Amino acid sequence: MHTKLSRAGRIEQHWGWFMVAPTIIGLLVLNVWPFIQTVYASFCEHLGFGHYKFIGLDNYVNMFQNAEFWKATGNTLLFCVLTVPVGIFLSLLVAVMLNAKVKFKGGFRTIFFLPMVCAPAAVTMVWRWIFNADYGVLNQIFGSNVKWITDPNVALISCAVVAIWSSIGYDAVLLLSGLQNISRSYYEAASIDGASKITQFFKITLPMVSPTLFVTMIMRLMASLKVYDLIYMMVEETNPALTNVQSLIYLFYRESFVAGSRGSGSAIAVWTVLLIGIATLFQFWGQKKWVNYEV
Amino acid sequence: MKTKSLEGSQRTGKIVTYAALILGSVIMIFPFVWMILTSFKTQAESMKIPPVIFPAQWMLSNFSDAIDSLPFVNMYANTILMIVFRVIFAVLFSSMAGYAFAKLRFRGKNILFGIVLMQMMLPSQIFIIPQYQMVAKLGIANSIAALVFPGLVSAFGTFFLRQAYLGIPNEVAEAAYLDGCNQWQTFTKVMFPLTSSSVAALTVFTAVFAYSDLMWPLVVNSDLNMMTLSSGLATLRGQFSTNFPVLMAGSLLAMLPMVVLYLFFQKQFIEGIAMTGGK
Repeated sequence: MHTKLSRAGRIEQHWGWFMVAPTIIGLLVLNVWPFIQTVYASFCEHLGFGHYKFIGLDNYVNMFQNAEFWKATGNTLLFCVLTVPVGIFLSLLVAVMLNAKVKFKGGFRTIFFLPMVCAPAAVTMVWRWIFNADYGVLNQIFGSNVKWITDPNVALISCAVVAIWSSIGYDAVLLLSGLQNISRSYYEAASIDGASKITQFFKITLPMVSPTLFVTMIMRLMASLKVYDLIYMMVEETNPALTNVQSLIYLFYRESFVAGSRGSGSAIAVWTVLLIGIATLFQFWGQKKWVNYEV
Repeated sequence: MKTKSLEGSQRTGKIVTYAALILGSVIMIFPFVWMILTSFKTQAESMKIPPVIFPAQWMLSNFSDAIDSLPFVNMYANTILMIVFRVIFAVLFSSMAGYAFAKLRFRGKNILFGIVLMQMMLPSQIFIIPQYQMVAKLGIANSIAALVFPGLVSAFGTFFLRQAYLGIPNEVAEAAYLDGCNQWQTFTKVMFPLTSSSVAALTVFTAVFAYSDLMWPLVVNSDLNMMTLSSGLATLRGQFSTNFPVLMAGSLLAMLPMVVLYLFFQKQFIEGIAMTGGK
């Protein structure tokens, strides 16, 4: 860019700046500056009305000594372990079945995708009713007496069930688009060689869909690490299972906007970002072992 | 003999596939059916053991009770306005920036695009406290403007539409330029119309995301009359904790518009959301 631009080049440059200006100014004001402020606030005490006093590492020291915080971190990780593998497995299963020659393919797809267009606030309401310990239909079907959303040992699993139910259709649609890119000729060749459907799945489908599978997994993991609305709707603050269920972002919400301690709230947010970053790095590091980019 | 057994195993495979898909569909659809059935029952009927499947009388009173306890007209209006403004801003600004990033040469392009990527990688919660403080300082809490605020620009939309413009050959823009269009005309008259399917996808994505969002509307608009369908519904959580027919009626009212839109435009919805790859 040391050479002088031609007149046309200069005009192009001005248009370029003009056209990105609204977005860039918006991002600077709405995201870059807030990001810096949040990181700074995590080293501060909130004095009220948006005034902060620098206190060094105190928020982090307190946070790392706080059992509720570690519990929330553990809940978040456990939630990921409960939802990501099962959810991705079921989504892949649905995608493979929809990729076969079945009738009403569109109808099935519409049904599985439906939770995606329903606000979590509305969807969890009916799950609360289904899970209701006294009159809920689930206990009545099984003749059980499980406190699905108030038993501290069970509530997180119930939340995971709803999360998986909500995301299967969406992940399946993403995986289906990956499956549809696999050429039929591979399967034809394998059939002639006498490979069974199961062998075909492991030798052709899985390696060929692995890049899409990887992207879907990363997205699902990131979404699970910042889970909030579903758990917030399922488990209100007076629920005895709260500490065994609340995710990091739920704790962040309560700390920042219910208790008003925005300094320590910011520290939780920074911690969550770090956790997401580490998890993503691990995934990218691990992908070399199983994702196949060759074809 | 051999072909016969092969056909047989194929038929079994088909049956298993259909059985699994139908079972899955039943599990997917059951909560919605149960929601609809419950919303027409009396409270006593909903609590019967063993459960009653169909209401003896289809009661509409739960819906009027839900409307009495929540300002549904306002919530619909707030949600629609929030979605409309967010879509307009996302499409307008992201198209401009996406086009510039894809097709124009200007100094600082890579650094500026880096800002876009950075925003996409960070979870929105990291911005939310300072964003809230800005809204409070501007004195616009409890307004439509506050609901729209974080959606004024869209890093994701910019990234996504840049991809769309990258897919259009440079010759198209050059031809328009040679025909006497200036940069702006090339963009609005020639290039922008070519991205219509991506713009439709971004519209669907922005609308569904805004409609589902819970934390921001909850934080920024505490006045019940300024809540969205999602955040308003969240306030019902504690109340009526035993009156499930009213809760189901309220949830149904909150869900209905998006579900109806979805059933009419399912192709656009599914492709739109699959194309955007979500966030």
